[in-house]
Amino acid sequence: MSKVTVQDLKKIKEKYSEFLSFSDKRYIMLCGDTGCRAMGCHEIKHALEQEIEKRGLTDKVAIVETGCNGFCANGPIVVIQPEDIFYQKFSVEDVEEFVECEFVKGERLERLLYKDPVSKKRIANHKEIPFFSKQLMRVRKNRGLIDPENIEHYIARDGYLGCARALFEMSPEDIIEEMKQSGLRGRGGAGFPTYLKWQFAKDAPGDIKYVLCNADEGDPGAFMDRSILEGDPHAVLEGMIIAAKAIGSNRGYIYCRAEYPLAIHRLQIAISQAKEYGLLGDDILGSGFSFNLDIYHGAGAFVCGEETALMMSIEGKRGMPRPRPPFPAHKGLWNKPTILNNVETFANVPQIILKGGKWYSSVGTESSKGTKVFALSGDINNIGLVEVPMGTSLRTLIFDIGGGIPKKRKFKAVQLGGPSGGCVPEQYLDLPVDYEAIVKAGAIMGSGGVVVMDNRTCMVDMARFFLDFCQDESCGKCTPCREGTKRMLEILERITHGEGEMEDIDRLEELAEMIKDTSLCGLGQTAPNPVLSTLRYFRHEYEAHIKEKRCPAKKCVALLKFEVDPEKCKSCGLCYKSCPAGAIEWKKKEPAVINKDKCVKCLTCYDKCRFDAID
Amino acid sequence: MSPIVRPKHEDISDKMWDKVDEIIEKYRNFTGGITQALREAQEVVGYLPIPLINYIADRMNISRSDAFGVASFYALFSLKPKGRHLIRVCLGTACYVKGIKDVLTRIHQEYGLEVGDTTEDRRFSLEGVRCLGACGFAPVMVVDGKTYGTVTADKVIEILENYK
Repeated sequence: MSKVTVQDLKKIKEKYSEFLSFSDKRYIMLCGDTGCRAMGCHEIKHALEQEIEKRGLTDKVAIVETGCNGFCANGPIVVIQPEDIFYQKFSVEDVEEFVECEFVKGERLERLLYKDPVSKKRIANHKEIPFFSKQLMRVRKNRGLIDPENIEHYIARDGYLGCARALFEMSPEDIIEEMKQSGLRGRGGAGFPTYLKWQFAKDAPGDIKYVLCNADEGDPGAFMDRSILEGDPHAVLEGMIIAAKAIGSNRGYIYCRAEYPLAIHRLQIAISQAKEYGLLGDDILGSGFSFNLDIYHGAGAFVCGEETALMMSIEGKRGMPRPRPPFPAHKGLWNKPTILNNVETFANVPQIILKGGKWYSSVGTESSKGTKVFALSGDINNIGLVEVPMGTSLRTLIFDIGGGIPKKRKFKAVQLGGPSGGCVPEQYLDLPVDYEAIVKAGAIMGSGGVVVMDNRTCMVDMARFFLDFCQDESCGKCTPCREGTKRMLEILERITHGEGEMEDIDRLEELAEMIKDTSLCGLGQTAPNPVLSTLRYFRHEYEAHIKEKRCPAKKCVALLKFEVDPEKCKSCGLCYKSCPAGAIEWKKKEPAVINKDKCVKCLTCYDKCRFDAID
Repeated sequence: MSPIVRPKHEDISDKMWDKVDEIIEKYRNFTGGITQALREAQEVVGYLPIPLINYIADRMNISRSDAFGVASFYALFSLKPKGRHLIRVCLGTACYVKGIKDVLTRIHQEYGLEVGDTTEDRRFSLEGVRCLGACGFAPVMVVDGKTYGTVTADKVIEILENYK
């Protein structure tokens, strides 16, 4: 393949015009990302290929493995084009019947279509499913529509045209002005105006500058970046090239966490194909501008998502942050001016340059422009990735798009911003999703993880969980974080074991303020947030654990009796049937009894009991 | 200065040493290559015995303490031998809310295995990972690279019994 020019990009787009409109044949677009792979989509692809061939349909039906569609809870996902029919919860056993139905009889396989939980009707068309209809796909515009291992698919959907505009028609100042118009703020969590960061680096003196992509998505509950890296890696590469032109850099690195092997694999393919086509490397598109990119694997340290720690890590050192100033825009990687942006931030850039900053800022709120990708997970029906305009309410996100709480349980709180964020309770459901509004409620936007919790979640235990995470991931360099989070964790352990005192709450608050004020980096500065927000909204739970030695949500094992209340027990036998240790004795029409000698305290019975009959 | 000699180690074969030498060549000219070299060496040997770390440090002209500093800092690296089958359990928020703690309790009950350890008979090693990003299928467990979704306390042993 020889290097392409801008004309060639347009020719490739024409070459794929039939694919773009799916007008030459029918297409089976099969989701191939990590989540669906865990549910067997690889085997499904293989079975589909065999079945299509067996029936002699290979020139009428094509199979394309795409990136994430977003509706992960209902995976594996298969979408038929051009009709845009959405199939879910697919399995290998369904292949034969499916091919017979769709491609021989020309009918829908009803039982695998999406079923609306309220109306109970089957909805065939992708765009009519509420989960999708309420989203605004901008950065995720290619989801489910391209093969991420084929650069020509990306090019066909306007890929690298933003890069062409930046390299041929714009000066670095023009690019930064366009970014300023867009109002794009860092999507990694801090929400710093992207144009300003680039401006600082552009103005910093020096010939050698670096463009880094933070693909170390470490927030538990966040997988937005993973889906972009796996499903549309070229969007990130293109964004980095544009950034490089803006600041005057010729070298970049993508720091990708080791826990994302498929993302790394897809990035490697994308980089190699981009080089082959002359869209990366020397003299890109014949513009005279050169930019070279490599991947640096992470090694399992959450703290390396922090900008200075990430740079230390690339330098081959322990990933420990350092004080700022000097800021990375002046002295970053190997002491050179460096910009570090998040995956989603970079993925937005090509469209901003191609369609204009004003287009981007046409949605959103006053201070938070554009769209944001959120990862909905936890106790919610529609688990997956959603992209909505900034300013959408939490209620719309969780109930209209997310489908509400399963098992007829009640909403209790939603964790926003991962371990650096906070738990927001029911009274804030109408809060618009916007950087400043969320901070007022005691949480942060963060990278976009939205973990929903129902009434069976113990908020004290959740605070303990997040603090345990931060303690484990603390690099150990500064005392407030290293020692302070440990002391806070010890207090929370005592409380969840029924050994707390009322003074512990004061101690937690005092320690929290001190750690926030004095820690060296964002990890320590935000580690106390979950504790502070749960104290703010769920103080009564802490008090119940301390004063009454009781866990209202029945989660803290040390405070549970593991006894069935014979008055509440309806003798349904569900606990007996689901106990993995065979520790429950039950006969029909008699209340169940838990044999404490055999009980392994796995809490399965608590989870299954519909009558709250176990104490 | 005496030439750097390959130390004798029961878990490292000559073929493995050859691969380690290739890895060192690949990264020796990149400042910051030590972490990548250790990662690839671990893939070859299965873990990072101290003599291996020292060998790589010496050949890449890095101090042994710096190399040890890197090997001991990152969760990906293990200085202890691994079992035949590696169980990685996701400890992320979504998996936690969906009950991964109970899965761990069950594994401990059945195999006496704690997170970070290997069973006596080197059958299983158990690692906690801080979020695999497959939250749509929480709780998530990976065994020998194969991902299992919606793994609950009552299903986990059935899955693990397939691994001898």
